[in-house]
Amino acid sequence: MCLAVPMRLVRRDGDIGLLELDGIQREVSLALLQDSELGDYLLVHAGFAIGKVDEEEARITLQLLKEVADHDEARHDF
Amino acid sequence: MTSEDAAAQRGAYGDPRAVAALAAKVKAAAGRLTRPVTFMEVCGTHTNAIAAAGLRRLLPDSVRLIAGPGCPVCVTPVGYVDRAEALALRPATTVCTFGDMLRVPSSSGSLERVRAEGGDVRVVYSPRDAVQIARQDPSRTVVFLAVGFETTAPTVAAALEEAEATGVGNFTVLSGHKVMPPPLHALASDPEVQVDGLLCPGHVSVITGWRAFTFLPEEYGLPAVVVGFTPTDVLRGVEDLVRQVVEQKPEVANLYSRVVTAEGNIKAKAVVERYFMPQDQIWRGFGNIPGSGLGVRPEFARRDAFAIEVPVCAPVEPEGCRCGEVLKGSINPPECPLFARECTHEQPVGACMVSSEGTCAAWYRHERFQTGDIP
Repeated sequence: MCLAVPMRLVRRDGDIGLLELDGIQREVSLALLQDSELGDYLLVHAGFAIGKVDEEEARITLQLLKEVADHDEARHDF
Repeated sequence: MTSEDAAAQRGAYGDPRAVAALAAKVKAAAGRLTRPVTFMEVCGTHTNAIAAAGLRRLLPDSVRLIAGPGCPVCVTPVGYVDRAEALALRPATTVCTFGDMLRVPSSSGSLERVRAEGGDVRVVYSPRDAVQIARQDPSRTVVFLAVGFETTAPTVAAALEEAEATGVGNFTVLSGHKVMPPPLHALASDPEVQVDGLLCPGHVSVITGWRAFTFLPEEYGLPAVVVGFTPTDVLRGVEDLVRQVVEQKPEVANLYSRVVTAEGNIKAKAVVERYFMPQDQIWRGFGNIPGSGLGVRPEFARRDAFAIEVPVCAPVEPEGCRCGEVLKGSINPPECPLFARECTHEQPVGACMVSSEGTCAAWYRHERFQTGDIP
């Protein structure tokens, strides 16, 4: 029920945004967001954008996961 | 970031190498435990993610993961569904609902059955769709079944705001909304429930902010983590909970910082506050929990579908169903005598089997094959 999907904001008209994910487009209300810019990744739930995905934080998490995986692989190489 | 980048990111969060490495880290951390521990997640999406990825099998025996009251459809009491059915059978009334409420057992059937008998029940993707249905036919009263936690309540409040702003007078809501902290207080202070740490619900936290959960370490000494929904997210969370137990330093660790902040979505919280107020609410398995629900504010009483008089009888729970104990984490689904016998995904008896996010549904779909709990 609390499932939310990140989609990219590609167009906006007032409080209505057109969001895209893997070629699928959906009209979503932006009424619950303080601000948003074209290109932002927004978390979509029940027809509303409820939050933004922080790209810098996402990058840090991914880097961390990569290091964990690489470290594990290096250990197996021994 | 292009959509290919986004796809690559999503893949990376489930990277099998990272999953294996994190599982090894959990095992290593668990080596420092002096006793077995039980961690609870309270989000249907976590329940499903854990079951689908088979994460329980990757954890050492000393670390047990259980599910709590994280599925809003499952904790919705029978009486609410009975009232929704009565509204659907009322003349000139349309009931709009998210799809997963359709098959939830009522005292005598389900909304799906009421629809087959001629009741006007429509499945919508968003509460905004229900406002649109109301706008198109002002002669009918439209009732939206407002079920969900903090994640969903703002979308309903925003729909109410849209109806107010655009003069859609026939849009109403039957609020069964619930908020997470009160049942967590109830669980943390229940001597029968042995939980050593909480995986906090990620998308509830997008709205509430992670600070909403600081009472867990501060009042109960319980470790807590806010995590996302990929296998790596969950394993990082489990590792952190183990670390907090070992170091005896409970806190709320935010491991979902790519979307969760300390304060959450302030605008969303404000719109909820404008239309809803705290009220007592009945949770399946828990009974009444003071202040755990959101009722429509009296100044918007004409939007409150609970004010519409319909005939409802005393609610009847399905016989033999142990959903209540499953929701408290006191039993796992296979311990219910109905599980996978009378109660299957095709012919569900209890709400936890009906909802795609229910604990019984997750076990039925994924884990009974992994654990050998097939009757």
